[in-house]
Amino acid sequence: MSIDLKTIKHISKLSRISVDEKKAEKLAGDLNSIFDFIEKLNELKTDNVDPLTSVAETTLKLRPDEVKSKNIREQIIKNSPQDNEDYFVVPKVIE
Amino acid sequence: MSDITKQSLTELVENIKNKKLSSTDVTKAFIERSEKSKELNAYITEDFTSALDKAKKFDQKPNLDLKLPGIPIAVKDLFCTKDVKTTAGSKILNNFVPTYESTVTENIWKDGAILLGKLNCDEFAMGSSNETSFFGNVQNPIDKNLVPGGSSGGSASAVAGQLTPVTIGTDTGGSIRQPASFTGTVGLKPTYGSCSRYGIVAFASSLDQAGPMAQNVKDCALLQEVISTYDSKDSTSIDFKRNQYSKELTNNIKGKKIGIPNEYRVDGMPKEIEDLWQKGIQYVKDCGAETIDISLPHTSYALPTYYIVAPAEASSNLARYDGVKYGFRAKGENLIDMYEKTRSEGFGAEVQRRIMIGTYVLSSGYYDAYYLKAQKVRNLIKNDFDEAYKKVDAILTPSTPSSAFKIGEKTNDPVSMYLNDIFTVPVNLAGLPGISIPAGHDSKGYPLGLQIIGKAFDEQNILNIAFAMEEKINFKNKITDWWIK
Repeated sequence: MSIDLKTIKHISKLSRISVDEKKAEKLAGDLNSIFDFIEKLNELKTDNVDPLTSVAETTLKLRPDEVKSKNIREQIIKNSPQDNEDYFVVPKVIE
Repeated sequence: MSDITKQSLTELVENIKNKKLSSTDVTKAFIERSEKSKELNAYITEDFTSALDKAKKFDQKPNLDLKLPGIPIAVKDLFCTKDVKTTAGSKILNNFVPTYESTVTENIWKDGAILLGKLNCDEFAMGSSNETSFFGNVQNPIDKNLVPGGSSGGSASAVAGQLTPVTIGTDTGGSIRQPASFTGTVGLKPTYGSCSRYGIVAFASSLDQAGPMAQNVKDCALLQEVISTYDSKDSTSIDFKRNQYSKELTNNIKGKKIGIPNEYRVDGMPKEIEDLWQKGIQYVKDCGAETIDISLPHTSYALPTYYIVAPAEASSNLARYDGVKYGFRAKGENLIDMYEKTRSEGFGAEVQRRIMIGTYVLSSGYYDAYYLKAQKVRNLIKNDFDEAYKKVDAILTPSTPSSAFKIGEKTNDPVSMYLNDIFTVPVNLAGLPGISIPAGHDSKGYPLGLQIIGKAFDEQNILNIAFAMEEKINFKNKITDWWIK
């Protein structure tokens, strides 16, 4: 198992984190040592084992589909880095 | 009373109820000591002025029927507190002021507690030494330049250093129990679903749990009683009959069967830890309990499983930090560039590393080999416990494979840092409750902890065992106040 720089670039694109050459090399080293450690799981045969998706052995509860938070627009945009009273502002996406 | 901060939560509650102390007396004392303890760097945000106002208001019309009447409490900075900055130890939330309150903190305020401030932690609770915090290292009150553990490092340091009577932390892989062990304090990770996750900054949603940290078991039981409630705002909150943990606390554990798992004897574990474990075994026997050798065969697979499951969930949870809706935003040439720079500059190295691992194991072509495989092994680990609990009522293990280490000692080797959580991670993967209690000192005089793991929803039982052991151990924390000039 070896994660090369090309793979690091690919993951960084998927995770929307910009990575320069120096950082990519450091990450490749770290991730390789972590994955060496993770490879231990391959010692186990798990063909007939079910995946565990939740430890809580309950079914999700249903509730009426009601609006409970009303008029919270101000609260929602309160922490936005750049806002225009009614909406979030982002760099221009349409030319 | 000059020694207010030395009192336990139980004593403070009693003294306020008997009117020997006012909330203002107590709040002032903890503020004064916190002011003198800046060198510990336990706080990210202090809320002292507001705390004192609230204490005065409480004293004007004290409601002494509450469980935490006018008690000042600082909490981990992972809990959203309305109108008080909540950072999760990250630059990306450096300016985030929640407009709502987390359920567990709401519960303690409803029962009379007063917010003292927000405590330092590893960034997004990812770390075992509090060294990944954007707001700097936290000092362990035990010794200078010693880590307090993590991720609830500020919380552990604040309780051990008597900056707060008790605190609430969170535990995804050991983040309450490991720092409790490193600082000579008591920390409980409740059963998954016991405490609401609503309003807690999410790390790995199938593992995260809030829990109490305290100077002793009784205080821990009292705080757990207050924070554990069913909450419809958390879809994994479980509606079960909760005990009155502090009232029902007993040291009578006669006839209890305690399992001793052979697989927790790991390679390279110092003899001091093994000796401590043997002492613990003797203590529970002295209390009239019976010990039984058990096997948890998949123990050594727990950490590799955790380092797939937790980063996978984290990569998904942390996708929300995009510089648009709240938090830090970097300048970018276009939308994508803004996202990428915001996340690159806003997250620290460990968080980026874990997002990358998570993204990789969930990515096309690798999902089955890593994520699905880990979920299967997680089932095997849970089955180990299910089998063991057919024979025993609880399990006794060391809390950590070593005592606290020096700041900087493990920062360059992620895997050696991860190994800290070898005894605590299986408990999160299986969703069980676990408590760490201080049980002795190593040759350097640093505290060492023992962990008691229970069946799901059996917090009362492990609190009772911890309570009985605490009496026998008679642990005294060696705090010299070295940081107070």
